[in-house]
Amino acid sequence: MTAPNDILLAVEHVSLSFGGVRAISDVSFDIRKGEVRAIIGPNGAGKTSMLNVVNGFYHPQQGAIRWQGQARSRMKPHEAAAQGIARTFQNVALFKGMTTLDNIMTGRSLRMRRNIFWQAMRHGPALDEEIEHRRVCEEIIDFLEIEHIRKTAVGALPYGLQKRVELGRALAMEPVLLLLDEPMAGMNREEKEDMSRFIVEANRYRGATVALIEHDMGVVMDLSDRVVVLDYGRKIADDVPDAVKSDKKVIGAYLGVGQ
Amino acid sequence: MDLVRAVFVDPFAQMIAAPDLLAQTIWEGFVAGVLYSLIALGFVLIYKASGVFNFAQGIMMVFAALTLVGLHEKGVPAWAALALTVAVMYGLALAIERLVLRPLVNQPDIILFMATFGVTYFLIGFGELVFGGNPKSMITKELYLPDGALDLHILGGRVELQKLDIAAAAIALTMVVSLASFFQRTRIGRALRAVADDHQAALSVGISLNQIWVIVWFTAGIVALATGIFWGARSEVSFALQVVALKALPVLILGGLTSVPGAIVGGLIIGVGEKLGEFYWGPLLGGGIESWLAYVIALAFLLVRPQGLFGERIIERV
Repeated sequence: MTAPNDILLAVEHVSLSFGGVRAISDVSFDIRKGEVRAIIGPNGAGKTSMLNVVNGFYHPQQGAIRWQGQARSRMKPHEAAAQGIARTFQNVALFKGMTTLDNIMTGRSLRMRRNIFWQAMRHGPALDEEIEHRRVCEEIIDFLEIEHIRKTAVGALPYGLQKRVELGRALAMEPVLLLLDEPMAGMNREEKEDMSRFIVEANRYRGATVALIEHDMGVVMDLSDRVVVLDYGRKIADDVPDAVKSDKKVIGAYLGVGQ
Repeated sequence: MDLVRAVFVDPFAQMIAAPDLLAQTIWEGFVAGVLYSLIALGFVLIYKASGVFNFAQGIMMVFAALTLVGLHEKGVPAWAALALTVAVMYGLALAIERLVLRPLVNQPDIILFMATFGVTYFLIGFGELVFGGNPKSMITKELYLPDGALDLHILGGRVELQKLDIAAAAIALTMVVSLASFFQRTRIGRALRAVADDHQAALSVGISLNQIWVIVWFTAGIVALATGIFWGARSEVSFALQVVALKALPVLILGGLTSVPGAIVGGLIIGVGEKLGEFYWGPLLGGGIESWLAYVIALAFLLVRPQGLFGERIIERV
């Protein structure tokens, strides 16, 4: 069976375990180009492990990842990044000593090609290149409405803003696939609305396919095109939001009804 | 009362009475200090990028100098020996990344620290095997390093500056400035600071840890080569030279393990401090205080600023 062209990433029968602990058992699903795909499930269901498999932090013992139609062997995280997979983290992984602008500039690392000698001199072609990358980053800062903290060290920022900077760094990579691990955890309603708006715009106008993990069901149902549900490392549902909402197994998993 | 006078009054009186001697002492302290800074810089670079305290920094310095002199002894022209030594340091960085750091990724820091002991003993054995254990003299003339001295008639007396020391200070300062601008301004510099902050996040934006580690260890190797050349020229190239690296410890304590400016300022304070102490206060204790004074200075600073002069204050919740 050949995969249709619009499938960006396919997870095929993936199993992952750490020693004796099975984190993911035989899970398959796919992500289509241009959609917002949600991955939900109770705590410990294997959602973050799944993202870690997709961007190469973990290598599954069984199964395969098909990226843009090609089977991908053991890929390292920086190789995944080079192929256009960007991500944010559950517990915000920013470079705390650096400013907002520098953090977002690191997202351009892979796109800077000029000789480091010229970079150090701030001269010649490297200067033009730096200015171009800087322009892209400033535009993202503008988009995320964080101009006022451009030069602030991110370690000193409140949590909600750190999450936004982290999204900015991922967007600076101009990703094909954007993985978001609980982008709204710990936010108040207003912050969640802002973040939802940024995600929708990134998806519609910046052309990023989005896969997100989120616990706020309201947000998930509003944002996503399709939802895959994991529980104890297994896939228990995979459908459009409305169908998932009324699925008996899903309700059971969330309410803790016996297996 | 005599003791108080001897400690707090007489030395300063001497300084004022003979300003040329004071200038001479400060200059010598400054040169030693610049070289301490350079060694400390090697530690700081590696610590920042990989969180490893590199015990092998001292032996890397000896190994680099030994390779340079050893190759020349075997008939390689000086310029080619220098280029080859740079290549050897690059090979060493590659080997350390591949054989030591990569297999130990995600291990506790103490494991990596112990691994650098392994690197130390390997380099001692390997260096002895290839180049022999006898002390050698540095090939200063072949490298076009100046000799002789510059006499300045100032301050009502004579201050003598060794030309080699002037060259050492100039080269060390150039290296420090270019390293600092390299790390502040380039993509790799930004990547390096990113790696220092958060490994996982650095990987996710496409920075290759392996590549960064090779660059950092190679840079530390070049720094080791420069320090090796100048310390070697001041005494001789032998394995005993690695104890000089121990002098970098008080410098690191003083400057903070994570700070490049800290390494520089710390080195200068220790260098000048120990020379002044030895010259003006040493006779009170029968001399020879230079070897431990650095640690006392560092301790005194630690009492006031436990994180060092420029170090990050690390707050951990317990």
